[in-house]
This record gives sequence, C-alpha cells and structure tokens, in this order.
Amino acid sequence: MNKTDVLIIGAGPTGLFCAHQLGIIGLSCEIVDNLDKAGGQCIELYPDKPIYDIPAVPECTGEELTNNLLKQIKPFNVKFHLNERVEELKKNQNRWHVKTSGGVKFDVAAIVIAGGVGSFEPRKFSVKECEKFEGNSLFYSIKDKSIFKDKTISIFGGGDSALDWAIELSNTSKVNLIHRRDGFSGAESSVQKVKDLNDQGKLNLFTKYQMDSVTGDKQIEKIKIKHDEGEIKEIKSDYVLGFFGLIMQLGPILDWGLNINKKTVGVNTENFETNIEGIFAIGDICFYPGKLKLILSGFHEGALAARGCFKYAKPDEKLRFEFTTTSKAAQERLGIKK
Amino acid sequence: MAKITYHTDDNKTHTIDIQNGLTVMEGAIQNDIPGIDADCGGGMACATCHVYVKEEWLNKLPAKEDGEEDMLDMAFEPKNNSRLSCQLIVSDELDGLEVNIPSKQG
Repeated sequence: MNKTDVLIIGAGPTGLFCAHQLGIIGLSCEIVDNLDKAGGQCIELYPDKPIYDIPAVPECTGEELTNNLLKQIKPFNVKFHLNERVEELKKNQNRWHVKTSGGVKFDVAAIVIAGGVGSFEPRKFSVKECEKFEGNSLFYSIKDKSIFKDKTISIFGGGDSALDWAIELSNTSKVNLIHRRDGFSGAESSVQKVKDLNDQGKLNLFTKYQMDSVTGDKQIEKIKIKHDEGEIKEIKSDYVLGFFGLIMQLGPILDWGLNINKKTVGVNTENFETNIEGIFAIGDICFYPGKLKLILSGFHEGALAARGCFKYAKPDEKLRFEFTTTSKAAQERLGIKK
Repeated sequence: MAKITYHTDDNKTHTIDIQNGLTVMEGAIQNDIPGIDADCGGGMACATCHVYVKEEWLNKLPAKEDGEEDMLDMAFEPKNNSRLSCQLIVSDELDGLEVNIPSKQG
C-alpha cells in the first residue's frame, strides 16, 4: 500500500503542475498514468507541435513543456506509476483507498483527477469478430515478438508503428502490410523501405484495402480485405496486428458516482472539488461555467485544488498563503540553498 | 450563416443554422447533436469528430490540410468521403452541406 497525501490521476501538464503546487504547500503526492510516460496529450498527440499560449513562454513544443514541468517538480521526488489505470475507489474512514489495473494500491487523503479526456487506449478494428481473437492472435501492441517467427502476419495501419513492425518482422515472418490509402503518415524513410521490401518480394503491401472479415477456430486462420472499389481478397494469416493510434476513454472513473456530463466532471470554482468530498478534478476533464480547455486554466485549477486538498491531508493545521519569492518553508521544500 | 444537416446514426436528421466562422464540429457540439466527440477540442489531433460528407459536396469543400488524411487513418471506418468536422469552417458557401455521423468515433 502506497501511503501519501494526494493521488493525482493523469500525468499531463495539469497533473504535473498540481504536483508542484502540492509540494510547495508541503503535501506529498504520487501520480498514476495509463501511458508509459509523463506528458499526457502533449506527449501522445502533439509532442512536436508548438504551443503559443503558455503565459511567459512565447513558444514551446508539447515535449519541451513536459520536460520543463518535470524539471520544476524534481525537488519533490514525486513517484510516478506509469502504465497503470485507476480502477477501484473505496472510502475508508477519512481516507481513500484506490487500486489500479496492475494491482497497485494507494491510501490517500485526497484525490485529484487530472485525466484530460480519459486514459489512452488502442483504437480497435471496427469488424466485430476481431474481438474474439484479441489477445490470442490479434494484437494492438507487441509484447513478445518471438511468437511471430516463421508465421504469416497481417499488419494494418499507415503510421510509424505499422511501418516499423512491418520492416522488423519481415526478417523472420511473412508480412502483409495493409493500409487504407496510398499515402502514409509514418516517416518517409520507412515508407521507402517498405516499398523496397515489397519490390524485392520480402513483404506484401496492399494499399487502398481495409479489413473486411476475420475467420478461424480458436486462432485466426484467414482474413478478407476489401479494396476501395469493392474487390475482396482472402489472405491466409496466423496473426493480425492493428496500429491505429490511441483513443481516450474515461474508463472506470465513470462508476465512481461523480457528477459526469459529456465526459467531463462537474466542479466548484472555489477549489475544484467534485460532488464527492476529497475528490477534485482539474484540467480538460473538469467542467464549470466558463470553462476553457487551455493548459493555463489547468495550472490555475491545480493551484486551487492543491490548497483544497490541504484540509483533508492535514486537518489539524492551518494553511497560510505564501509566495515562493519570500517563503522560507517553500524554498526549503524546493531545495534552494542560500 | 449556413444551414448544415447532420444525419445521425439513429436515422435522425438535424438541420441547423450555424454561424459563419464556427466549424461543423462546433456546430454539432453546441447543438447537442450526438455522435461527435471532438476529444482534442479541434486540434486535428484525435479523429473523433469524423464525418462522412455527402458525395456532391466533396469537391466543393476546402481541400484537406496536411495532417487531416493522416488523422483519418485513425478514424473508425474511414471512407473516401471522410472528413474531420473540426477542419470544416462554416461560411455562406457551405449552406446546404449534409454530413453523416458514423456509428462510433473510435
């Protein structure tokens, strides 16, 4: 059981800055995120796209913003639990017990949900029968590539994941790469490599085709793919891989009894507490009249929510407002030596 | 101002006057038309405002910018008449536009 003052759900910019604000007022926190790295949408959706509306930062990319926030919270040694999604929530006297998908347990005084539009999950095939084979001969990510050796693999997608795996697996497997159009979103050099491999007969490239059906008993045996013009091809296939990027899903938070409206959680604007005492929501996931989905709004919301957490974490103490420029306590927490 | 018609997956038709300058996505969200999620808020970063444009409108719409086709690769059942509705800015020229909203956004 990880015992800390506050659990932050979501390691996007809003969650990271909230961790800073908690640290400044002397509260400890740990952060859970379903992605394998911090940064949230900034890292997953637009790491290279410049952002122009962070106050006093005329221009920075999603990746730079994330790195700077991580640097800013370094003094607080915040513990991250990545690749974990929060599942269960239980009230235990004055504390909350939270359990994640991977079985990590937390005992906390307050929870700050900074979950953006939800946790990132792989996008799946629209063909219904695909579900039956998921995890057995159909995958959306690769954990053990050795199972593909000497097998026939059909890879769907046109981004870097699809191209990179097609190239790599073509060394040891028979690979079909299927994509809905002639253009690819992956790196130009990978696209060229795939085309070369196709010309050399080391890989079969099918463009303007999409998944039509998949058949097999326990494991996939055959798939059918359909051309834009309607022609259908049947291909023998031992495994199917789909790389269509990630989509955001709210997940188990929906069942926590929060006041949810259109994928957002209602909060008050005094301290961004939800309808449940001790649970706060900040950033894109919260809703209140006038809400703007800007990173700067998330920072403001995080600063107030952090202070809202104080009375739950330290019920016998009074929080005094201080500036980092002059507060000795805050500077000590930041590890500043004078 | 333009009249935009949204055909939703439950076989309902919603024809709405949308102000110039808004996007077809914003028109749907502001009028509570179901089926458009717009998770990223219009940043061409998520493909959850995917719509099918009525064929006769395909060539009358502004061309796709870099990145829109890449995002459509991620959409649920993309077709040749797929567009991201956050990239369709309403103007008088779009008066009468009809779009179908897919059964799912992901």
